[in-house]
Amino acid sequence: MQIRLDIKRRKSAADTPYLQSVSYLFDDINETVATALTKINRGGYKDTDGRAVTAVEWECSCLQKKCGACAMVIGGVPRLACDTKLSLFQKAGFVRIEPLRKFPVVSDLTVDRSIMFKNLRDISLWLDEELSADEKSVDTAYDASRCLQCGCCLEVCPNFYAGGKFYGMAAGIPASKLLAQLDKGKRKALAKQYDKHFYSGCGKSLSCKDICPAGIETDALMVNSNALAVFKRLFK
Amino acid sequence: MSRVIIIGAGLSGLSAAITLAKAGRRSALVSLQPSERAQSVLAEGGINAALDTMGENDSADEHFNDTMRGGVFLASEAAVRALTSHAPETVMWLSSLGVPFNMKDGKIIQRNFGGQKKKRTAFAKSSTGKMIMTSLIDEARKYEDKGLIERFAHHEFIRLIIDNGECVGAVVRDRYSGKSAGISGVVLLACGGMNGIFPEMTTGTTQNSGDAAATAFVQGVTLSNTEMLQYHPTTIGISGKRCLVTEAARGEGGRLYIMRGDERYYFMEDRFPDLKNLSPRDVVAREMFFVRREFGGEVFLDMTGLDEEVWKSKLPDLREEIKSYLSIDPKDTPVPVKEGIHYFMGGIYTDINHRTSMQGLYASGECTSLYHGANRLGGNSMLGAVYGGRAAAEDIVKNTADDGKNDEISFAIDDAGNFGEPASDELILKIRDILLDAMGIVRNESTLDNALERLDRLSAERGYNDRENARFAVARAMLMSAKERRESRGAHYREDFPERDDSFKKATVAQYKNGKVSITFKALDERGEENADKT
Repeated sequence: MQIRLDIKRRKSAADTPYLQSVSYLFDDINETVATALTKINRGGYKDTDGRAVTAVEWECSCLQKKCGACAMVIGGVPRLACDTKLSLFQKAGFVRIEPLRKFPVVSDLTVDRSIMFKNLRDISLWLDEELSADEKSVDTAYDASRCLQCGCCLEVCPNFYAGGKFYGMAAGIPASKLLAQLDKGKRKALAKQYDKHFYSGCGKSLSCKDICPAGIETDALMVNSNALAVFKRLFK
Repeated sequence: MSRVIIIGAGLSGLSAAITLAKAGRRSALVSLQPSERAQSVLAEGGINAALDTMGENDSADEHFNDTMRGGVFLASEAAVRALTSHAPETVMWLSSLGVPFNMKDGKIIQRNFGGQKKKRTAFAKSSTGKMIMTSLIDEARKYEDKGLIERFAHHEFIRLIIDNGECVGAVVRDRYSGKSAGISGVVLLACGGMNGIFPEMTTGTTQNSGDAAATAFVQGVTLSNTEMLQYHPTTIGISGKRCLVTEAARGEGGRLYIMRGDERYYFMEDRFPDLKNLSPRDVVAREMFFVRREFGGEVFLDMTGLDEEVWKSKLPDLREEIKSYLSIDPKDTPVPVKEGIHYFMGGIYTDINHRTSMQGLYASGECTSLYHGANRLGGNSMLGAVYGGRAAAEDIVKNTADDGKNDEISFAIDDAGNFGEPASDELILKIRDILLDAMGIVRNESTLDNALERLDRLSAERGYNDRENARFAVARAMLMSAKERRESRGAHYREDFPERDDSFKKATVAQYKNGKVSITFKALDERGEENADKT
């Protein structure tokens, strides 16, 4: 099987990006974009104009869609390279591979997502004192803890931009863990931050629904957190 | 000394950073990528502690005995005693940080895991590592805000700074800007198992190149038991790596079989009637190798007997994963499985307080060789990583001081210098293939000798850079340790010496001096006695 990979490249943020097209052969229908990038980076590939393809910068760690490192825009959709099979694009014969657009580019497909971690610090997302384990919140805490901090939900969000006051679902989901776990009296400070940096900025477009590579039901967790933090009603 | 430099922000590095911060000590937490991308998030099955919540009368003593027996008595007793006796408080600490362990009637519930007869493994469905990491990351964030933990989350360890035989800091490079900095302070290596020596053949992260431990080795840090590679019995091949099928699948009732003629032969149940499918990993992996040799074909993991509730509440991610990678539903169809390299019991030699052979340098987590002897029990890795990180930090707090100097870290050096250049992919794969031929589940002296000769020839082919030379040195250490251990023990099985021989009940110790690797043996109690007042 053969496919053309159109990879958006630039050496640094200051460079003008360009598309480099690589004709790529693969045998396994389960082969992923991550594998293709790994193989291309071993060397020996030429682009469709006959130039050697230098190593493509991208981030990768687990290859099992559990770490979020390899999030990028593939075929126009933000997703994980390790979870995107090449065969998905076989009919079209090509696929465009680009870096996430909401974050500053470092080089090629690598972006600097540190704003996400800064935002979590900014809403003081931590426990001030130890929790006593509570069975009721286990399922919500589990679902929320699955967030990869990959940034896919921010990519499709019409309200999020790096540096803005609205921190997006990538902060909303982690917040929903502690909101569910904290007792009513101790939830106040976080609830205020949630209201300020999530609830009030969210346009409820729900564009982040079904985009999460970890399969987190973002809307369900949001409903739960809105109830706890904003409407102060206990649904569970 | 000022801040403590922690290399690696997984379970062990985070646990250490939090423990240091609680004691008011500053740390620089250096990792190639943020903690969310650490290999620790992949850990699935659970974490062992004799919480005794299942009414089985479990105890720390039994956890100790199982860990020693599972490791075939190659771990230091004092270290394992400390690990197992502090396990319950370690798990309760995690619970107090908000880890959503599976619970019933107000208590953490525990599951069966290999090599242990009692239900001792606390878990959060099948993503225990990810759950623990999320809570530790939240906790670390609190101290980042206070300025006690400083994150360097796209930064690479280059080398140790050594002064007169003592480690006084580390050179670190910003992957994004390419610029380096020398940071002074006590160093804790929490850089994970050496997956990068075997790219694509392990269940671990692709981030780990093995360079950190290899560099420390050729800089004079002692390694031990590097021959002890754990092959996990149940892995599946996916694009670019081996993917783990958690031991919990067998803990919850999964069964291994091979086709014997027309019938399914459940060989573990027939040949190991005591622990059956939940025998220690080395035993299961070896038996899979033998039955394949005997009957041909593949070994299957039969999980069709697990009921709907178990899939939903205890193994949801596993089912999803197998469906997506193999396009089969394990609820209806047995899954073909094979052994894959999963854990490095060997690594940096430390005493029981996690001090390495070099003054000023500590190590914890999978990069060390302290707790797991010749074979690690499932559920003990996360315990060893979390407890080890805390224990190392406590020793640092007790024995070193912060001079309070606020020397700012500035990444200004263009050329990192020694060890700055990566090893070539081509060489990495060549060395990997040589090792794989000799360091499999069944080993013998002639293939080990042959591999050493091939390494010699390869190293004479051309000049190599520092990291490449370090890789050669670690590869030699592994092969030479496997050669010198002329017995079979745990993960190390020699068909030319198939019996255990207790004259080898010692750690292999690898040292690098003047360009040469040497292997000696060290008595197990030389790691030191238990530090009685450790919390």
